[in-house]
Amino acid sequence: MAAEVAHTTSGGLDIRKTAMWAFLASELMFFGALISTFLLYRGRTNGGPGAEELFDIPFTSVSSFVLLMSSLTMVLAHNAWERDDQRQLRLWLVSTASLGLVFLGGQFFEFATFVHEGLKLDTSPFGSSFYMLTGFHGAHVAVGVLMLSAMVIISFRVGLSKARGMNVELVALYWHFVDIVWIVIFTVVYLLQV
Amino acid sequence: MRAAVSTREKPRRLAGGSLVAMAVVLSACGSGDTPQNTLAPASERARNIDGLFTFTLILAAVVFVLVQGAIIYTVVKFRLKKGEEPKPVKQIHGNTRLEIAWTIAPALILAGLAVPTVQTIFENAESPVDAIEITVMGHQWWWEYEYTDLGVVTANEMHIPVGRDVFLTLETDTTDVIHSFWVPRLSGKRDVVPGHVNTITISADEPGEYLGQCAEFCGLSHANMRLRVYAHEPADFDAWVASQLAAAAIPPDTDESLRSTGWELFISKGCAACHAVNGTEAAGGGLNPGPNLTHFAQRNTFAGALFERNDENLRSWLANPSAMKPMQPDLNRGMPNLGLNDEEITALVAFLQGLT
Amino acid sequence: MATVVEAPPISPPGAQPKGGIWAWLTSVDHKKIGIMYGVAAMAFFILGGIEALVIRLQLAVPEGSVVAEDAYNQLFTMHGTTMVFLFVMPISAAFGNYFMPIMIGARDVAFPRLNALSFWIFLAGGIFISSSFFLGGFPDGAWVGYSPLATQAEVIRMDFWALGLLILGVASLLGAVNFITTIFTMRAPGMTLFRMPVFVWMQMVVAFLLAFSLPLVTVGLFQVILDRNFGTLFYDAATGGDPVLWQHLFWLFGHPEVYILILPAMGIVSEVLPTFSRKPLFGYQFVVFAGAAIGFLGFGVWAHHMFTAGLGPVAETAFGLMTMTIAVPTGIKIFNWLGTMWGGSVSFTTPMLFAVGFVAMFTIGGLSGVTHSIVPADTQQHDSYYVVAHFHYVLFGGAVFGIFSGVYYWFGKVFGRLLDEPLGKLHFWLMFIGFNLTFAPMHILGLNGMPRRIATYGDGLGWNLWNLVATVGSFIIALSILVFLVNAVRSYRKGEPAGADPWDGRTLEWSTTSPPADYNFAEVPIVDAIDDFWYKKYGEDDNHLPVRLDTDPRDLSAREPDVEHHVHLPSPSYYPILLAVGIVTLAYGFLWLPIGYLAMAAGLGIMLWAIFGWALEDIDHPMGDGNGHGDGGDDGGGRDAAAELVGSGAEGTSE
Repeated sequence: MAAEVAHTTSGGLDIRKTAMWAFLASELMFFGALISTFLLYRGRTNGGPGAEELFDIPFTSVSSFVLLMSSLTMVLAHNAWERDDQRQLRLWLVSTASLGLVFLGGQFFEFATFVHEGLKLDTSPFGSSFYMLTGFHGAHVAVGVLMLSAMVIISFRVGLSKARGMNVELVALYWHFVDIVWIVIFTVVYLLQV
Repeated sequence: MRAAVSTREKPRRLAGGSLVAMAVVLSACGSGDTPQNTLAPASERARNIDGLFTFTLILAAVVFVLVQGAIIYTVVKFRLKKGEEPKPVKQIHGNTRLEIAWTIAPALILAGLAVPTVQTIFENAESPVDAIEITVMGHQWWWEYEYTDLGVVTANEMHIPVGRDVFLTLETDTTDVIHSFWVPRLSGKRDVVPGHVNTITISADEPGEYLGQCAEFCGLSHANMRLRVYAHEPADFDAWVASQLAAAAIPPDTDESLRSTGWELFISKGCAACHAVNGTEAAGGGLNPGPNLTHFAQRNTFAGALFERNDENLRSWLANPSAMKPMQPDLNRGMPNLGLNDEEITALVAFLQGLT
Repeated sequence: MATVVEAPPISPPGAQPKGGIWAWLTSVDHKKIGIMYGVAAMAFFILGGIEALVIRLQLAVPEGSVVAEDAYNQLFTMHGTTMVFLFVMPISAAFGNYFMPIMIGARDVAFPRLNALSFWIFLAGGIFISSSFFLGGFPDGAWVGYSPLATQAEVIRMDFWALGLLILGVASLLGAVNFITTIFTMRAPGMTLFRMPVFVWMQMVVAFLLAFSLPLVTVGLFQVILDRNFGTLFYDAATGGDPVLWQHLFWLFGHPEVYILILPAMGIVSEVLPTFSRKPLFGYQFVVFAGAAIGFLGFGVWAHHMFTAGLGPVAETAFGLMTMTIAVPTGIKIFNWLGTMWGGSVSFTTPMLFAVGFVAMFTIGGLSGVTHSIVPADTQQHDSYYVVAHFHYVLFGGAVFGIFSGVYYWFGKVFGRLLDEPLGKLHFWLMFIGFNLTFAPMHILGLNGMPRRIATYGDGLGWNLWNLVATVGSFIIALSILVFLVNAVRSYRKGEPAGADPWDGRTLEWSTTSPPADYNFAEVPIVDAIDDFWYKKYGEDDNHLPVRLDTDPRDLSAREPDVEHHVHLPSPSYYPILLAVGIVTLAYGFLWLPIGYLAMAAGLGIMLWAIFGWALEDIDHPMGDGNGHGDGGDDGGGRDAAAELVGSGAEGTSE
């Protein structure tokens, strides 16, 4: 890698990491627009339930903590990859994906509860913007879980050595980004609204 | 058929494409030829805008002449003549002093523009004093006016007294779309947004007819959503208000005339479900409100100020409204075809034309 | 023009896909993709032009009866949508694709397969939107798609519009990520950022604008689709939804979009003017910074499209002043272009005519733009024909003139044959006259109170004469386009051979053959200066005048690669086009639920097939992929191929 870089005027930037950063910058604007929409509509409940009636902060705190922990396991996976330790790598990849799944399960449970309590997609602008924001975030977590699973499968089939690509690093970038976005969502959407 | 405006276009002299020539042409046009001319202001606020625009235009024209002149001069001076071979020229990469100069010069001009701009923004946003208040409702595709303090409700044709501010509150049904109220000679435009309440102040210096139309694309018949403002001397305006407040000219039940038949049809055919006639059982409103027709025959036009109000146009309209002005009655936008026969139409026209 | 799908006249050595159509469908070569972008964009340009002609026919006289209101509303919606999203954006992508890698001395873009995917998604999206004509009518909510009009309409036309724009957005976003990465990581040795041609700089600014602005309108479009199909209430005023939110989201994208449309043309002009003045670009750094400043400020002025929406005097003042400031960097560009010609040896070839036309016409558009920043005046101009005049001076007088400048400048490089000069000059003058006849009168119409987007107008409003003039002008433009098409077809077949460097150019693309070989450069160039190629051709005499050097740098680059297998070109792939087909099948299915579930399932199946095939395709590099799924937009295999290009190319030089 280093030898290749020396022959271009790239300042040592890796091609795929550069692309991932550019993509994540774009994603930041995407979530920015979703969060702005939610903030505009947070009080517009159209007679339906609002944030105070619905949000169960202890529950969401726990699932947020789970997602936060998955960033930790992702770091451990990344470390293992750097040491070229396939067994540890798989272990932490699987842990990360599992924590992601737990988070998604929590979100599913939360959505089901909210629907039961009367907040549907078509209840109010508040409901529409809440589901759209958290739904898109959930979709991003789901995609991350798929990526992690693919990593695990590849690790089993051919190994994820350091010399042969840097997919683990890219997935880690993406995963941390999705986690950070959740921290913002949790703060702005949940904590500041109740 | 759409005899919305009767004056005919007169051939006008051609002018060059430059902004300067444009300004000359525009200011040379009498407002009689161009009833929606923004450069023929007829109110204080429109004049403020016009003055500011003229100032900007003059500055822009100066810059235009200088820059285009520089382009032409450069091109003529440094171009290769026919058959001439390219010459080697000095490879000059730039000049920092020049760069600073042509950064600062435009900035100064803009600063000069900014001052009157900000002044005018706030001037035109000032609340009016002693204004007549009118709530303007934008509908697909017509205008409704409710004089808040006077109790008058009318459509498409607004009447105002000269020399007095008219404070418009712009609203629309939450199921409607965005419109924009624009009478160019009286003021700039202001959008009518569902769920929002916007305001704008207009006024007129001189009695007369001022044309306008919806300026925000609002669907199928956007082009046919026009309006008029009639400015009167105060006494004439008071007389108009009085005539609007008079009871509707409903033919008595005992009357066997055509008009009476028309009134019965007006009720039996369901017209009254959308069109109100004040003081009668015709309450109007509903899902698909239509213009209040209490004093319909006082208006010069109908259907979004699109057609002259005469028997012929009214007959065509009642026979098939959407053929004259495209609408979507099945979606509660505009007047449905009631399937009326000739006799029914004759009676209804007689009734409507009698609503003085 | 629309049928140019043959291989270029020179068949370069090296690993080649099978010939014919299949080679185009599976190509991952940035040059082939660039040509396809260009041809597709030109086809859409003609479509959008025909729409414009019908519009002008309808408006030629008052109470026009050429088309009814319903058809008219569809026509102007599609004219705007087509010209913005299906012509100017992709043709800028065409130039970017073809020339950006060559101009920075690279052999391809960073992710060749992703690049192909961008193109096929764009084409699929363009066909998707346009196909609405046969499936219930074109979209009819104007190109800005204001809600609640867009969410109110019961027919599927606006679904076509919103979904189509989403699809096109994906294409643009992938392209932007690819370009940013390419420019940051694949520049030839010595090609520092401040030695890059201004065209490349402008492509980079555009890529950033796309990356940051597209997601905003994407959110808005999702909201429209959700409102229309799933009962959400984003734009339902009855329950507290706010139609003005759409305007914010749309214009937060839409204003940067204006610069997305104009900056590539500015880049082209910044290449053409120096070449034909035989001088370097005057004030290179200032032009670059001005371009970046325009892009940056472009994010802070969106609400000047909403001066009549009732924002209040404080916000209006802020956005008005902010808008004025954009005139400063714009002025810097214009003055530097003038400085470039000043003291030069200016030859008026067709590309130069269009470039000078650009400067002159864009200046007019810029000045009328300043009048919009005068908020009170804008309350009169907004949504009137004055605005139509303004943005056509910017986007036609500006972008389109710049684009044609680029077409005449680079046609010879792309196809090996130059466009005919006399026909080109005829094209220019017809277009210049037709353009001004069409759009200059619209200033007057707008100030005379003619609103835009009206299907018909009354007699006696003082609009008759200028509308007629505009219609005549529009047909002169159409004639000029016909002249161009004739020129393009004739010159493609039997035009004057271009040679490698027909204009005595200054940038790297002129250092390689016309058309360039698949690998662009036999040896990766080493760059020592701005306009490096020029300084490899010319030295300086005692009077600081350039003198031709004896050595011809082209001798170096035109020769065969030393060892053929040193240049590994990425293999062709049909997965990009397959993935695009899958996406568009999914979109069609969505429009006709519940029966469309079948199509959606098929679309998803095709997408999965393409994604897996994509990920597993690169058999030389089993580790190259693993996350080649759609969302991440990642392209491991492409990366490997591209990295290899750089690596092996460098090997070539070191031997």
